[in-house]
Amino acid sequence: MRADTLVIIPAFNEATRIAAVIAGVRAVVPAADIVVIDDGSGDDTAAVARHAGAMVIRHPFNLGYGVTIQTGYKYALAKGCRFLVQIDGDGQHDPAGIPALLAPVSAGDADFVIGSRFLNGNSYRPPLLRRFGMLLFRSIVALVIRQPVTDCTSGFQAFNREVIGFFARDLFPCDYPDADVLISLHLAGFRIREVPVRMSAGAAGKSMHSGIKPVYYVFKMLLSIAVTLLRSHRLYRRRSSCR
Amino acid sequence: MPIAQKVFALLVCVGVFAVTVAMVRRRQLREEYSVLWLATSAVMFVLVLRYDWLVALTGLIGAALPTTTLFLGAIIFLMLIVMQFSIKLSELADRVKNLAQENALLRAELHGKVAGTDPYPGAEDASA
Repeated sequence: MRADTLVIIPAFNEATRIAAVIAGVRAVVPAADIVVIDDGSGDDTAAVARHAGAMVIRHPFNLGYGVTIQTGYKYALAKGCRFLVQIDGDGQHDPAGIPALLAPVSAGDADFVIGSRFLNGNSYRPPLLRRFGMLLFRSIVALVIRQPVTDCTSGFQAFNREVIGFFARDLFPCDYPDADVLISLHLAGFRIREVPVRMSAGAAGKSMHSGIKPVYYVFKMLLSIAVTLLRSHRLYRRRSSCR
Repeated sequence: MPIAQKVFALLVCVGVFAVTVAMVRRRQLREEYSVLWLATSAVMFVLVLRYDWLVALTGLIGAALPTTTLFLGAIIFLMLIVMQFSIKLSELADRVKNLAQENALLRAELHGKVAGTDPYPGAEDASA
């Protein structure tokens, strides 16, 4: 029997945390299929995830977060699932938020739902510098899509089959899929919604926004937003085969 | 242009042209990457041989000396080569990404078949 909903968990060297994340997801959405996409981990992430009962797709080498989640989208597309939930493998996202994420998508009220830590008072607050960067990009996104989005960098998301097909295309920005993704979704005419979710601080040193990366991130994201807006909007048109 | 300088420049142009052709012949270099090398060495050869054209070109671009024009041409050529490599690298990076993803999905499918579980249950009715 095929489950309508697929939960994808991108993971890189998460052997110590992945089992708890899988158990947490299963407790909340027992009917959903769970797939861990192991981004070429050097530890036992894949074996632990399999032992915990998840299906594992393993990259032959490390390809980065964006490519990892896109592998999950390609699998979901081939599998034919209707809804997809994406949750990080480091335990940062509380699986209890999955039903709230899925509700607007499964009801057909939204195509893409993003979980916001800022709409939930119990979530952790990122460092000041990072909050400043987030403020910059959420302002740009709000200006472009004419809709407030409080947490552009959240990887805790749910979306429908049409969005899965859209993300499986080569246009998906695999470097840092954040604010530019929201803008491309808007250009394609997808309905975006935000719901409150609880998030805790990620594992130390594991964030893709740590070290000197923020400088590159800001530059790359500004460039990506600019080229997304400069590209012909016809590129972002939806394809009927994905519907 | 002094004769020694002229002979040296012509030898360099002929050398680059010959080495490029030899590498394409031995399949060490693809034709698509040889075009810029061959075109540049041919243009340089003509400009060295027809010094009056080089002087005219120097006047046209506002350079002080004909040798400056040659160096400028070399720099522009290098920039074009680097740009061509950057384009090719981007293309190849995309292909490697897609291949690695496909490899991961096929391995998962194979693992599912070996383990007796269908990694794409219900995929047929989804595509219908």
